[in-house]
Amino acid sequence: MSVENRSVTDPSGPPDDPSARELLQSVVEVARAIFGAQASSVFLLDEEAGELVFQAVSGRGEEFLVGRRFPADRGIAGWVAASAEPMIVDDLAANASFDRSLAQSTAYVPDAIMAAPLMDDDRVLGVLEVLDPAPQSRSSLSDLDLLFLFARQASIALRIVTRQRTGPAAGPGLAPERRTEAAELVRRLERLLVDAPHA
Amino acid sequence: MSTPTAANDRALTWSLRDRRPEDIPVAADPFPDPDAAVSAGTGRGVRVCVVDSGVERDHPAVGRIDGSWVVVKDDDGVRVEATDTGDTCGHGTACAGIVRRVAPECELSSVRVLGERFSGTGEVLMGGLRWAVRQGFDVVNLSLSTTRTRFAQELRELADEAYFNRTVIVASAHNTPVESFPWRFASVVSVGSHHEDDPGLHLYNPRPPVEFFAPGQNVEVAWLGGKTIRTTGNSFATPFITGLAARILSAYPRMTPFQLKSALYLSAANVRLPHVGSGPRSAADGVHQ
Repeated sequence: MSVENRSVTDPSGPPDDPSARELLQSVVEVARAIFGAQASSVFLLDEEAGELVFQAVSGRGEEFLVGRRFPADRGIAGWVAASAEPMIVDDLAANASFDRSLAQSTAYVPDAIMAAPLMDDDRVLGVLEVLDPAPQSRSSLSDLDLLFLFARQASIALRIVTRQRTGPAAGPGLAPERRTEAAELVRRLERLLVDAPHA
Repeated sequence: MSTPTAANDRALTWSLRDRRPEDIPVAADPFPDPDAAVSAGTGRGVRVCVVDSGVERDHPAVGRIDGSWVVVKDDDGVRVEATDTGDTCGHGTACAGIVRRVAPECELSSVRVLGERFSGTGEVLMGGLRWAVRQGFDVVNLSLSTTRTRFAQELRELADEAYFNRTVIVASAHNTPVESFPWRFASVVSVGSHHEDDPGLHLYNPRPPVEFFAPGQNVEVAWLGGKTIRTTGNSFATPFITGLAARILSAYPRMTPFQLKSALYLSAANVRLPHVGSGPRSAADGVHQ
């Protein structure tokens, strides 16, 4: 599985707008905080190229993964993007079976992955992935529910960013001041969740 | 395993004219004891098709695959071809492994509808399901659904076609509370997850449209490379019910889809019959763990 970087001017690349970048970064940081995870990422689905593109990363790989692409027709993120269903898998590191090529290219092989689709109505925009959540956050149906709830919020963030880039024809998007407000909303949610006692 | 049930097999009958009851005999099995219905069979002779991401060949937890197919969409349209490409993700292999565990002697086939390309996934899913129904598989496992309402009517017609031709579609409810299809249709057997520890427990939902619950939390499943992982979701509860359906049909091959659903209902641990007793039971006590 090859992973490559493309120019930042690529329409499916990471956002140029600082507020948009901050919004997506807040999303992955909150996701990581909610699940006590080692890392979290948001991918945008580039349907034409058949690839998923790292848009924002918190934790492992944060410094170099944004903008990288990988084939969207395989792996757990690929299945989530194709099926529009969330998924939780565990015991990956203990098995040689895991398709590690992508994981190794990102210098990190997780033991557990939670992934949820990011939707715009009935269309898959991308995938939210949470790597190695804390053990108490793994493998339960209620975690799937929480992941889904949070993925809804992440979907809105990704929708804002993609509409902003594709222009008014693709949808109204948010004005810059509204994006700043949205980013602030996510930051407040993050503080709330981080400060809240764990159930 | 489908057998003609009427002596006169005129295709469509809106009313019974020019014929008497004795002209339309139906050979049937006596309705079995509910628990015996799921414990008697092994799946032998029952043809099961997994419509998913493909199934890995020679996986020890899956065993023999009797046919592998892929749905291809290109400028010429949607078609189904034989394939040896296995599984692109692991999801279909996981489902097939659960079916094999519950119904070890069933015949297993695979139709891959994911992993080729992204545009037109709804059409590809429809193409794969339609092919499976028209091949006359006894049970089709569909741990997938579509949220695209434009496919709903076509899916409903296909689900009805399956029902009347004795192909039982066992369909996953979406993992999140959204509208998707075909699991919402009464003509399929719809499945969600419960979080009980008993790996052989299935339950009836008194508040459908999700009709049955089966083990779907932290389930050990077959995965790529001949290995296993643990995973969670309705996707993995569904093949458990598919396996039960195959067991029932192997013991009672004349059962219709509505009888099969009744057998699943009556054998569910939370469905209490006056003569059966009040204690919870695991209908699939004979399932190999």
